[in-house]
Amino acid sequence: MNPSGGEPLIRLRGLTKTYGRGDAAFQALRGVDLDIAKGEFVAVMGHSGSGKSTLMNILGCLDTPTTGSYRFEGIPVESLNPDQRSLLRRHALGFIFQGFNLLARTSALENVELPMLYRGTPRKERHERARAALARVGLPNKERNTPAEMSGGQQQRVAIARALVTDPGTLFADEPTGNLDSRTTHEIMELLCRLNEERGITILMVTHEDDVAAYAKRIVRVMDGRIESDVRNENRVMVRSSRGQVPGARGQEREEVNPAEEPYPA
Amino acid sequence: MLWNAFLIALREIRRNLTRAILTVLGVVIGVSAVVTMVTLGRGATEAVKSQISGLGSNLLVIRPGMGFGARQNAAGVPQFTKADAAAISQQVAGIHSLAEVRTKWVSTIYRQKARNTNLTGTVPEYFEIGKWQLAEGRFFTEGDVRSGAAVCVIGETVRAALFGKGNPVGEKIRLQNASFEVIGLLSPKGQSGFGQDQDDAIVLPVTALQQRLMGRISNHIIDQILISGEDGYPTGEIIADTTALMRERRGIGPNEENNFNVVDTRQIADAVSSSTKVMTTLLGAVAGVSLLVGGIGIMNIMLVSVTERTREIGIRLAIGARAHEVLLQFLVEATTLACVGGITGLLLALGLCSGLSQLIQVPFLFDPKINAIAFGFSAAIGILFGFMPARRAARLDPIEALRHE
Repeated sequence: MNPSGGEPLIRLRGLTKTYGRGDAAFQALRGVDLDIAKGEFVAVMGHSGSGKSTLMNILGCLDTPTTGSYRFEGIPVESLNPDQRSLLRRHALGFIFQGFNLLARTSALENVELPMLYRGTPRKERHERARAALARVGLPNKERNTPAEMSGGQQQRVAIARALVTDPGTLFADEPTGNLDSRTTHEIMELLCRLNEERGITILMVTHEDDVAAYAKRIVRVMDGRIESDVRNENRVMVRSSRGQVPGARGQEREEVNPAEEPYPA
Repeated sequence: MLWNAFLIALREIRRNLTRAILTVLGVVIGVSAVVTMVTLGRGATEAVKSQISGLGSNLLVIRPGMGFGARQNAAGVPQFTKADAAAISQQVAGIHSLAEVRTKWVSTIYRQKARNTNLTGTVPEYFEIGKWQLAEGRFFTEGDVRSGAAVCVIGETVRAALFGKGNPVGEKIRLQNASFEVIGLLSPKGQSGFGQDQDDAIVLPVTALQQRLMGRISNHIIDQILISGEDGYPTGEIIADTTALMRERRGIGPNEENNFNVVDTRQIADAVSSSTKVMTTLLGAVAGVSLLVGGIGIMNIMLVSVTERTREIGIRLAIGARAHEVLLQFLVEATTLACVGGITGLLLALGLCSGLSQLIQVPFLFDPKINAIAFGFSAAIGILFGFMPARRAARLDPIEALRHE
């Protein structure tokens, strides 16, 4: 589980999350311990209301735990302020949301450019990388289309391109294929597998479908806010290797994020 | 970072052009309505004020009839005569000058051009009492009055109608059936406080009017008498003395009403001026309401888009924007829209004011204060309501903002 011998990429200890208070309080997470190493492809499974999405949102720094500790690359995330968490998301994390969460009336290209805008990437490089990312997810001809002009599968690809364009070390995907047909599901899962295999991106994916989880290397099952099982996936769907290089990958090494050098305001 | 926020804000504006235009429109209407109405109102007040000072000091008008207005020409009311004018002139103290006036509505012809104009037959004192100035030529003299010379002095409106831009002095015009020489052109005075065009005037010796254009039978009748008081002499006393004298001359009993009236034009002008001020205040209030309505419109548009914008904020936060970066974007967006609207509104008001002030003939007085107030108020509303919902959203955890319904 922890090949480097040091601290794992993600380390959760006694994580709880309670929504509401008093009589209306609802415990979504009841003490989760979890270690995830660099380069893993983990599927988080569970029924609706099991707490899997809550877990994912906390892991992705979109939500804050009620108690417990969460260390990402050794950084105690729960002690970061909202701006510092924003910077962590900006530089280290990528998200694929179930509902896509693309900006309305905004072209695919501009949606994909958005994270780089906040990174201060120069205009020309922004365009190039956004184009490359759209090509990588198989949407080279949809740059000018707005979300309303695209199918669900295409929108999901734009969302994936947006998550990938900054070359994040870790990718969180909440039901990335939730709204898609089986063929598109397969294509998107192949894409995720290739990203994991060829670029070493750590992927955490929430799903409730067994055949989607089958692509992952490790399956964590969540029930009633606790981890029920955590196993290696022995029956992994093998994805045929991509024909040649992944388009747009250009073989560049990923921007390494050293938390100590991040300009987190104190 | 500011530049970056500015770019993002401009993109958002372009993307939501309808929303942006509606917001801007609210500001434009509010600002332009207030500025236009208040500016024109002030112009009207100024116009009345300047006309009052142009009326001459202590100008009294004595007319037959009991009231001022519709009743002035009531049938059966005794007219004034030259003897009345002479008696007032000799017996009432404090009179600086006095002019008898006879008027007649005739058609005026110069070459092919004809129009109807009210002729004023009077004496040279008329020009002094009415503070008339000459643009060209000369006034007629006492000698012209004695001889009943066929000469006249015309106003700017008459000149424009008959002669265009040409110099009328020395030309002959036909009044009814008689030919008159134009000897002078009056400097324009514009509209009077009562709404008449004072420059639509032809002034000629009263004797010429009576002898050449009226039957001899009416020789002693005078339509009205103008009096200007001496500087510093109380107008009230002149009115009282004149009234007493005329009642005596006409033998009106102590319990009978006057069958003539003495009007202090300054009082009327003051009344007109104060009612104009009331109108200005009223217009300002109406305009203020439209500014408020514009503001509420802006508020509405901003608040309606809160759901969509809250999700947008959630998306931006989720992909790594810091709260203050998102807020800066919204602030820039709201400020840009408010300023674009404000400046457009001011420019529109400028155009409306200069156009309308010519149309309704009031001076256009640019008032920086009202411009600043209107701009500031609507800009403040636009910025406040563009910014406040964004501030609330940016304080949420990204996931809460994304879930916002």
